[in-house]
Amino acid sequence: MESNIADKAVPAAPGGPPPDWLGRQWWGLRRNLVAKIATLPMVFTALVVFLGGTLWSIFYSFTKSKSLPVEKFVGFAQYERLFNTKRWIVSLENIAIFGICSLVFSLVIGFLLAALLDQKIRFENTFRTIFLYPFALSFIITGLVWQWILNPEFGIQQVVRSFGFEEFVFNPLRDPEIVIYGVLIAGLWQGSGLVMVLMLAGLRGIEEDIWKAARVDGIPAWKTYLIIVIPMMRPVFVTTLVLIAAGIVKVFDLVVAQTAGGPGIASEVPAKYVYDYLFARGNLGQGLAASTVMLLSVLVVLIPWMYLEFGSRRQQKHG
Amino acid sequence: MAEGALAGFAPGPLGPRPKRPFAPKTIMLYGVLVVAALYYLMPLYVMVATSLKGMPEIRLGNIFAPPLEITFAPWVKAWDSACTGLYCEGLKVGFWNSVKILVPGVIISIAIASVSGYALSYWRFRGSEVFFTILLFGAFIPYQVLIYPIVILLRELGMFGSLPGITLVHTIFGMPILTLLFRNYFASIPVELFKAARVDGAAFWGIFLKIMVPMSLPIFVVATIIQVTGIWNDFLFGVIYAGTKNFPMTVQLNNIVNSTQGVKEYNVNMAATILTGLVPLVVYFVSGKLFVRGMAAGAVKG
Repeated sequence: MESNIADKAVPAAPGGPPPDWLGRQWWGLRRNLVAKIATLPMVFTALVVFLGGTLWSIFYSFTKSKSLPVEKFVGFAQYERLFNTKRWIVSLENIAIFGICSLVFSLVIGFLLAALLDQKIRFENTFRTIFLYPFALSFIITGLVWQWILNPEFGIQQVVRSFGFEEFVFNPLRDPEIVIYGVLIAGLWQGSGLVMVLMLAGLRGIEEDIWKAARVDGIPAWKTYLIIVIPMMRPVFVTTLVLIAAGIVKVFDLVVAQTAGGPGIASEVPAKYVYDYLFARGNLGQGLAASTVMLLSVLVVLIPWMYLEFGSRRQQKHG
Repeated sequence: MAEGALAGFAPGPLGPRPKRPFAPKTIMLYGVLVVAALYYLMPLYVMVATSLKGMPEIRLGNIFAPPLEITFAPWVKAWDSACTGLYCEGLKVGFWNSVKILVPGVIISIAIASVSGYALSYWRFRGSEVFFTILLFGAFIPYQVLIYPIVILLRELGMFGSLPGITLVHTIFGMPILTLLFRNYFASIPVELFKAARVDGAAFWGIFLKIMVPMSLPIFVVATIIQVTGIWNDFLFGVIYAGTKNFPMTVQLNNIVNSTQGVKEYNVNMAATILTGLVPLVVYFVSGKLFVRGMAAGAVKG
């Protein structure tokens, strides 16, 4: 539905040649001058900040800049050093575990909650409000409250022990092996509500007739979801996937608040690596090389998605 | 006729079977939902309960126990005198800094993005779609790629470590999603209105202010919700660009809770955490469906 609105904007002149206010002709330049001036901030943001900034960062990732940018090129030396740094490797492993688990779990949890809410239940609004409210809170708050809940001396571990299970161990934030899963629990609590909302919107977009047809054919509900509804919701899943993936790369505040990257370097993530090298350690070349790797990993996800998007648009127009 | 139609069906009542209120399936359904809801509410409850206890009670009891003796002293301390590592003036400093960042940030970013969205849907010019595509790509660039170039940009402008600087940063990073939001909304307004206004001699600003803005109040509310929660919850930009004396509330909160000096006062920490979350929570509960719409729009289109 949303994409209809977007498409409507594109064919500005339905039938016939474009009227002159569209500014297709060069003599229209003067008449559109106000509009052009009004979009200058946008053009500035797009060209100078986003495009220019990205190129700047890539450019200086090939230099040996320390606390100030200098044009002394060292080829791929920063990248070599990056992938020989244990902290970066740990960061990559963490973000891979965190990313795959958040993708899988938030999709599963989000879809299940949405499917439950879609059963024409009472208090639907109340439930939805409860599942989504963590999303209104910042990662800092999320990290701090889960740091407290997972606190070994007072939190869940202590509560279970006080019930008589003296040997019970659940101390993810102090255990380097599993600390990233402690962060994951907090991340899922914060973000799964949004996935639920997106999935619910997708489910509501499935026409009632399809359900009726499936019921007439005697297909059980779970099977209808699995073989009819979920395949029909493919665009929603793809969009959600891209969104979660784009969010995962940005994970920074959550780790800063919950574990500060510790114990040791066990819960470091790439975004924090970049931040620390740029601002705390004054090693621009190294930080920018790391950020360029982050950008590349985003493009690996983004470009296939863009192809999918444009591909399906074209199909819609022909159909 | 009616009989003939009925004959096609198995004998029995028409229409769906009336739901029994306490069928096992229903109980299961609500059971799962209630357990899930309790899980999502648990951290909020723990925050509130902890913030109302005294430290001796926290050391003895467990985090899920309701407070026996309710005390508001942690709240007062969190607001007024908690230490951030540098000084002990509490969260109120951060709160007012956040307000000072929030108000201009929201107004300026929405003003610029709405005009851009309007121009993109009605006053397109050669290249405008290219700029817009680059802008949308920008929404996916990891912030880490852009933070340093922006530091240099702000230094050149003499705005690094100042309130105008951080406002500009929020305007820049809010631009992709807000522009998209406004562009799509304006495009859904019948183009005849625009044409009629043109015939009547209205120009760029006239049409925007007299036709587009009054017709688009809901989308302005949605945009405000996105920006208020986004800017209030921001940590990264605040810590880099705002400068030490303008640190927003999230940064102050993190400094209070994760400062290594002194004895940890968990009740004060939790009171401070709730205080910081209050603004987005109020926005969330008051705006209800509009928040959902904003987040979904922001998410789907981001």
